[in-house]
Amino acid sequence: MSAPWLVVAGVGAATVLFKASGPVLLGRRPLPPRALALVEVLAPAMLAALVVTQAVGGDRALVFDERLVGVAAGAVAVALRAPLVVVLVVAGAATAVVRLLT
Amino acid sequence: MQEQRKSRFRDGVLAALPLAPAPVLFGAAFGLFATEAGMGAVAAVVMSATTFGGAAQFAAASVLDTGGGALAAVVAAVLLNARYVPLGVSVAPVFPGRRRRRFVEAQLIVDESWALAGRDGRFDYAVLVGSGSVFYVLWVAGTAAGSVAGDVLVDARTLGLDAAFPALFLALLVPYLGSGRARLAAAVAAAITLALLPFAPPGVPLIAASLACVIGLRR
Repeated sequence: MSAPWLVVAGVGAATVLFKASGPVLLGRRPLPPRALALVEVLAPAMLAALVVTQAVGGDRALVFDERLVGVAAGAVAVALRAPLVVVLVVAGAATAVVRLLT
Repeated sequence: MQEQRKSRFRDGVLAALPLAPAPVLFGAAFGLFATEAGMGAVAAVVMSATTFGGAAQFAAASVLDTGGGALAAVVAAVLLNARYVPLGVSVAPVFPGRRRRRFVEAQLIVDESWALAGRDGRFDYAVLVGSGSVFYVLWVAGTAAGSVAGDVLVDARTLGLDAAFPALFLALLVPYLGSGRARLAAAVAAAITLALLPFAPPGVPLIAASLACVIGLRR
């Protein structure tokens, strides 16, 4: 097998197992209270980590660029309780405009 | 019940639509990049259909492109996608049906479908599957278009789509911040991510940040 296909197979198999592990192994059994307490704050923790990674993440670096303008504009829209669509458009447009001008 | 689920599925599809340009354009960018990196169009499309995780696919292709070898490419991508273990655990209770069906439908978990499914503060299976299906089809189609047509589509960065994602996750984070424990967990996770981003391999900061959930054990 050539290198690209080895990569496709290896990454594909690993990802399929990662995604399926929770839903298949845990199933619908109710979690014990302590595990439930962990899972309850897992969503805000992962969302916060995703915000940081996507806003300033680079290749082993913090990168502060036009994305931050969009995120800031999006944050204002969030604070004004704008619908999700508006938040997305505002964030994208702000960054696009700054890129256009600089 | 069936009707209700159908309409929730439609809610998921509708919630995904504002994001629709992103999987098409990033998918096309991946298709183009992967073919230029010498992966071949078929391998690129098969990877999008089986891995369905943008960042990991770009990472793998760029390792191959820079001559890093298959093992290094797999390791880089696996680190990036390891976050799907904690994400999958968090949504596990809402998946219905037998194991085989859960195994298949769990493949629709991506950052965006997972985040949209939790927008009401608790996970909604139909929104996850509805939005995940939309993203899946567009991601694979975008990859095919990019690997065949090449550089004809507009660059996703020009549209500022790379800034729309952090804004999306921020908007979806806010409703969770009602409790003190959730706020603390989010703050600790953000701090861990910031601290590790400058030197840890891509993907590792996200896995480390999931450890912030031990804050849930605080009384």
